[in-house]
Amino acid sequence: MDVTLNIRRFDPGVPQPESYWQSFDVSIEDNGTVLDALIKIREDTDGTLSLRCSCRSSICGSCAVRINGHAGLACKLQASAVMGDDNVITVEPAGVMPVVKDLVVDFEPFWEKIRAVKPYLQPQGLEPESEYIASNESMLHLSSVTACIMCGACVSDCTVLEVDPTFLGPAALAKAYRFTADPRDGDTDGVSKERLQDLTQATGMWDCTRCTECVTACPKGVAPMDRIMALRDQAIAAGLTNSNGARHAEVFGELVGHSGRLDELKLPVKTVGMFNIPAMLGFLPVGIRALIHGKMPSPIHKNIEGVEGFRRLYKKAEEAGEE
Amino acid sequence: MLEHDVLVIGAGLAGMRAAIAAQTGGANTAIISKVHPVRSHSNAAQGGINAALTDRGDEWEEHAYDTVKGSDYLADQDAIEVMCKSAGQALIDMEHMGVTFNRDDEGRLGTRAFGGQRRARTFFVGDFTGQALLHVMFEQLVKSGIRSYEEWFVTSLIEEDGQVCGVMALEIRTGKMHAIRAKALIFCTGGLGRAFEPSTNALIVTGDGISLAYNAGARLMDMEMVQYHPTTLAGSGVLISEAARGEGAYLLDKNGERFMEAYAPNMMELASRDVVSRSEQTEINNGNGENGCMFLDCRHLGEALIMEKLSQIREIGIDLAGVDMIKEPIPIRPGMHYMMGGIKTDVDGLTNVPGIYAAGECACVSVHGGNRLGANSLLDTIVFGQRAGDHAAAATRSKEFVNFDGSAAVKKEEGRIQQILDRPQNDDRVANIRLGMGQTLNNNLAVYRNQTGMEDTLRSLGGLRERYAHVPVDNKGAVFNTDLIFSLELGFMLDCAETITVSALDRKDSRGAQARTDYPDRDDENWMKHIVTNKGEEGPEISYLPVSITQWTPEVRSY
Ligand SMILES: Cc1cc2nc3c(=O)[nH]c(=O)nc-3n(C[C@H](O)[C@H](O)[C@H](O)COP(=O)(O)OP(=O)(O)OC[C@H]3O[C@@H](n4cnc5c(N)ncnc54)[C@H](O)[C@@H]3O)c2cc1C
Repeated sequence: MDVTLNIRRFDPGVPQPESYWQSFDVSIEDNGTVLDALIKIREDTDGTLSLRCSCRSSICGSCAVRINGHAGLACKLQASAVMGDDNVITVEPAGVMPVVKDLVVDFEPFWEKIRAVKPYLQPQGLEPESEYIASNESMLHLSSVTACIMCGACVSDCTVLEVDPTFLGPAALAKAYRFTADPRDGDTDGVSKERLQDLTQATGMWDCTRCTECVTACPKGVAPMDRIMALRDQAIAAGLTNSNGARHAEVFGELVGHSGRLDELKLPVKTVGMFNIPAMLGFLPVGIRALIHGKMPSPIHKNIEGVEGFRRLYKKAEEAGEE
Repeated sequence: MLEHDVLVIGAGLAGMRAAIAAQTGGANTAIISKVHPVRSHSNAAQGGINAALTDRGDEWEEHAYDTVKGSDYLADQDAIEVMCKSAGQALIDMEHMGVTFNRDDEGRLGTRAFGGQRRARTFFVGDFTGQALLHVMFEQLVKSGIRSYEEWFVTSLIEEDGQVCGVMALEIRTGKMHAIRAKALIFCTGGLGRAFEPSTNALIVTGDGISLAYNAGARLMDMEMVQYHPTTLAGSGVLISEAARGEGAYLLDKNGERFMEAYAPNMMELASRDVVSRSEQTEINNGNGENGCMFLDCRHLGEALIMEKLSQIREIGIDLAGVDMIKEPIPIRPGMHYMMGGIKTDVDGLTNVPGIYAAGECACVSVHGGNRLGANSLLDTIVFGQRAGDHAAAATRSKEFVNFDGSAAVKKEEGRIQQILDRPQNDDRVANIRLGMGQTLNNNLAVYRNQTGMEDTLRSLGGLRERYAHVPVDNKGAVFNTDLIFSLELGFMLDCAETITVSALDRKDSRGAQARTDYPDRDDENWMKHIVTNKGEEGPEISYLPVSITQWTPEVRSY
């Protein structure tokens, strides 16, 4: 099978380095992967092409790149499945992380965030002589998260990290959840309150905007965003409601439950607190921008029609949730 | 100059375990790896890790006996005793560190059956046990704060007054060469799979440490013992784990018939790997395969079990072969998988070269002898990694650093690298030489071997070596020059290939992974001994070491 790879390249060794596109025609087996094609180029045509790759079987996490604009493992995607009618596949380095050379990106920021979540089990009780007793279900659940191979695909396509490099990001938060959800971590009831406390800080679990890009990008079905949502539930269950994010969620529910729709003016005020002057001032620029762009919500917030019926529904849903 | 009491080379399971032990033992420790630790090849282990837990009615002696028999009586029984006795604690330690092992109904660690063992003692995390263990070991490495040189490539060893006293390492990200001084080096550089084509091994598994140690005078042992795994995918050679057969999958011929009955009536598909691979190869040679493959049938296991315990290999089948094992049998064949031989060590990782230790797949203790049992290798890495780390920490306490001129060493190594970069283009390519080596090994040092074929390979290797001396690299740049690294790795692999071939030619019997059509029987009288190779003036020189036998007398082996 003939394919054309359009590769975004970058050589830091030349004066004034800039990225550029180069295309290569290669012939691979019909069920060959994008990685097979890249290796073929590197071996037969152009040894200057740099990329990380190793296991060829979606387990070492080395070869995450952007293929046709989306992050994925080059070794997992068959070329025939991703090439267009013209047999072209575009390959770029993973996003968010700075490019080192060609398809190689700098992972240091990635590892820094993994280290920031204290990525090791911290049991508080006494270690048993033999193994910890735990249900198979609890371990299977954790294994679906520890299946993360740290390839960085989720980080590459995270829309928050793209604009806010301080966000812990989907990989590190999923890693954190792997501990908070572990019955062996934390106190004897398996609650990892200190971790949750750390993770409710700014740049943590409440900064995710739920765009679902990480869920789509993950080649291992880890669904980082779902783990972040689970972290939020754990934080609220542990009584960690005194953070902007948690209050945002609570107030959101309260407001919607009252009027049947979101009062966008009250939400920020109630979240940070009416008398939190510095935070209130912080909203000013956003408010002004919203005003200029005609996005300022109406100061008169009306209940929706039939709000009584909605409130009953809302209450029922809440009760069901508690059960 | 960078300086550490103990420098561990390689950050797979063996390396990280060794580093943590050395640091705990009080040594100033560092670890160096050509890839980030979690990218190490240990992550590819799928099926599980063996241990006999007494509170489950198992005995280490039972595990040891299965291992001895699996090795075709070539492994050293004293070393096997050490490994099997330590297995339970090593396993529980890993659980305490956080490995999410599958459980049984009572919430205790669950087991699955594995080849060559009379009871189920393989502990596992789905079908990605290696990744689960490796990531947890990395977590412990992070916790320990051990200095970790990531994406640094060891190019050679530093010797001063005949003493090994450090390494030269290329920082891949910048292209900068560094000298690192150390009182002890622990080689944990893994296997040499890529010397063969195809292989189940990752592209980074290139025998670097085996070659570096060999060139520094270390003895290699059992190098003829190369494991061919019974179930690898055609084409890429990627592995479909023995876990599939452990869970009950069948091997079928082209007519859909199970064929293992004729070869291993008791253990059937779960006989030792060498036995199953030979049976498959015999069937394929007799025309009972299809396109050079037999079939692995998992359909009767059912979707639920496959999704819970074999989901990753199902994905591999779909991604790489376009076959969904829930619905269809997967075409498989024997493929190069594991190196039983390696740097000869004792049970504390010591080699014959002062200051050099080894552990993990690059080492040969020897606990695997002629054939490794599935799920014994992960165990080997953590047990002997830890022991080597312990020993090195204690041994370096009273040792002084050897003095040498670091900048002169850097200059010399830079010069050597520059010569490679400066080679003029010719028609040859590193990849072509590697392919030539891989194919000749796979043709003549595979499941069945004979004198003529192996001599042919030895000759080819000579020719490839000559080409290697002149082969150019395209990339002359400093930053992330993988082209240069492949060239250096090829040199390491050629050394390995030569010692494998020379050892296999020397052994005139069939035992474990070595099945010679011209010497089809096991000959205990003459060949129950280890073949040792060390570097001589004109290539590998051969000597022998006796096999340690403690309590299990060699018997005829049948499954
Ligand atoms: C597909 C597959 C499945 C397997 N399944 C199982 C199983 O189920 N159970 C089992 O027990 N065993 C299994 N094995 C075998 C087992 O996984 C390996 O033998 C074992 O993990 C090797 O570990 P290691 O620590 O010795 O080496 P590796 O994990 O290979 O690590 C080697 C390290 O050395 C470093 N390195 C190498 N050369 C250099 C250099 N020049 N400079 C710097 N660093 C260097 C690498 O970067 C790496 O960090 C399997 C093997 C394969 C291939």
